[in-house]
Amino acid sequence: MPQIRNYTLNFGPQHPAAHGVLRLVLEMDGEIIRRADPHIGLLHRATEKLVESKPYNQSIGYMDRLDYVSMMCNEHAYVMAIEKLLGVQAPIRAQYIRVMFDEITRILNHLLWLGAHGLDIGAMTIFLYCFREREDLLDCYEAVSGARMHATYYRPGGVYRDLPDRMPQYKPSQWHGEKDTQKANERREGSLLDFIDDFTQRFPGLVDEYETLLTENRIWKQRTVDIGIVSAERALQLGFTGPMLRGSGVEWDLRKKQTYEVYDKMDFDIPVGVNGDCYDRYLVRVEEMRQSNRIIKQCVAWLRENPGPVMLDDHKITMPKREEMKGDMESLIHHFKLYTEGYCLPRGEVYSAVEHPKGEFGIYLVSDGANKPYRVKVRASGFPHLAALDEMSRGHMLADVVAILSSQDIVFGEVDR
Amino acid sequence: MWNDVLALIWIVIKILIIVLPLMGAVAYLTLAERKIIGYMQCRIGPNRVGIRGIGQPLADGLKLFLKEIIVPSKANAYLFILAPVLTIAPALAAWAVIPFNQDWVLSNINAGLLYALAMTSLGVYGILMAGWASNSKYAFLGALRSAAQIISYEIAMGFALVGVLIAANSANLQDIVLRQSGGFFHWFWLPLLPLFVVYWIAGLAETNRHPFDLAEGESEIVAGFHVEYSGITFAVFFLAEYANMIFISALASIMFLGGWLSPFEGVPLLGSLFAWVPGIVWFVTKIAFFLFLYIWIRATLPRYRYDQVMRLGWKILIPVTIVWIVVASLAVELHVGPWFNY
Repeated sequence: MPQIRNYTLNFGPQHPAAHGVLRLVLEMDGEIIRRADPHIGLLHRATEKLVESKPYNQSIGYMDRLDYVSMMCNEHAYVMAIEKLLGVQAPIRAQYIRVMFDEITRILNHLLWLGAHGLDIGAMTIFLYCFREREDLLDCYEAVSGARMHATYYRPGGVYRDLPDRMPQYKPSQWHGEKDTQKANERREGSLLDFIDDFTQRFPGLVDEYETLLTENRIWKQRTVDIGIVSAERALQLGFTGPMLRGSGVEWDLRKKQTYEVYDKMDFDIPVGVNGDCYDRYLVRVEEMRQSNRIIKQCVAWLRENPGPVMLDDHKITMPKREEMKGDMESLIHHFKLYTEGYCLPRGEVYSAVEHPKGEFGIYLVSDGANKPYRVKVRASGFPHLAALDEMSRGHMLADVVAILSSQDIVFGEVDR
Repeated sequence: MWNDVLALIWIVIKILIIVLPLMGAVAYLTLAERKIIGYMQCRIGPNRVGIRGIGQPLADGLKLFLKEIIVPSKANAYLFILAPVLTIAPALAAWAVIPFNQDWVLSNINAGLLYALAMTSLGVYGILMAGWASNSKYAFLGALRSAAQIISYEIAMGFALVGVLIAANSANLQDIVLRQSGGFFHWFWLPLLPLFVVYWIAGLAETNRHPFDLAEGESEIVAGFHVEYSGITFAVFFLAEYANMIFISALASIMFLGGWLSPFEGVPLLGSLFAWVPGIVWFVTKIAFFLFLYIWIRATLPRYRYDQVMRLGWKILIPVTIVWIVVASLAVELHVGPWFNY
């Protein structure tokens, strides 16, 4: 008797919904998924090994490139690990700046996620709406660090420099005349803080706009409600963190439960889901954007009132000022030492984790006392989520796999590392 | 003998008069779609080729025409090339029965409605063939989805047409339009409103457009049935899809919005004010309205899942049409005015 064989579909790595370079081998019975086998490693860049061969500060840039849609949060975990082992703490203003940029990063990440999730389910307008707001936030990145994506802004002992007093402005060009430019520059007249403040005023209304497109849309609900359900218990067993865990109804947030920097001074709520399906994860992330907006507002208000240093004054680990370096022998020596040898960390090991937009992002760092780490292990938040894809998508249809995969908010930069 | 030849040439000229503007309309429909969706999404759309992107469709067409046609190595080359031809042929042939104005019709046949229905259904064979001949798993899935979808929506669409048939007491498209004369509220959209809505939804599904574009579903099965097609063969599928969109819009305006009739007919002042406007202008305006709806829906809604499309078709649309056919028959029997008092 001939045996019935399931249809095997090779989904990716060049699939538009593969979120980068996922290769998913699907065993299908008609349109129903019987087994989903994620193959990873196509974006492996040996980040952990590269970090072992460089002085500590030179690896901050690699962290941006792990999860390349939430850059500063990655840096944060790494910088915090070094600070923990050194036993130093950044000045309070730097801590507020870090919290503010962590939350800007969270909004950036969730906006990209929302756009891509909408696109995967077939709602294409939401994608461009989200990117319109991302543009403003990336401008904030650019204003503080000079780069729109890979910022390398956080440093052990603080942040690279204080917030700028004025926003960069557009100039007229062949395509945009005097009038267009003036309109585009309206919000950029003041300082970076004014710009961010203006954004936080507008943003809740814009989130409402996204929600009118999706939240009560019948097709959207049909596509996401009861798709990829994970119970709270199972989510904990699978090692879920972040919105994936909160979507299943577990109130777990490192910002509150294992507070770092100045999150204990912030007033915000942790949204949790009920059913643990794609729709709940969507609602949780949308609410997180609103909460992040609240945190940013509080940071802006504090930063306006309290000027101060943003970097430790200990030149054994932080850079001396450039003008001092030109005139002062000791500063010159510090500068030379830091840019060639770097600094050494005491022997020991440390694990530091931050509440990354996608979940718990941790850096485990072992130092043998040298100027380079002996070993660095990155705990990528997406990895356990992707590992659960098989369990989540079994019995669902092909179109649901796409919805589930994008509801996990996978980025291969951190999964493959 | 010579008379026959002349008659034949005259028919060919008439066909060209229909097909050439249609092809132009298809080309500029793609531009309109990109522009309208662009503005809906806070973008400006294509604006580099010519003034405000006016030459974009020509550039796209030229590009596709010059590209190589790649036939996958294990594909059935004969069917692979035949499939796009089989898709576009019915899409163009269907236009034979469309009356553009009083007596402006290529063939005024009595079973015009049936012919139109038959031609729109034939298009699925091209899609099925394309999916099967490509020998690709994605294309195959797309073809299967498309077949299932078109069969289910054909029924809802057919029933909606039956309602029109009963209401108009004729299957001749010209008669259907003339039966609706008397102004905006005499058109069939009002007495047959549920059928109108069902027809429109089924029309979206029939042309594989958003939110029913499962046969293409670029986030699931990449491009569905035409994933392996390139160059002019791909362009032909594209042309057929857009020609079908225009055709469904034309049919909807004929059956429910009074074809070439003026909406101001019977209105005291406006009626005489707009009496000089030729019927074809109204007809084209109505088609444009439906095409705009197509584009608007595409920009707004997420995509249905395969089983949900089936459920919508079988469990909602078909019962609605059956109920409303009964209502329409009763209305015709009882001569409910102003539509059925003949």
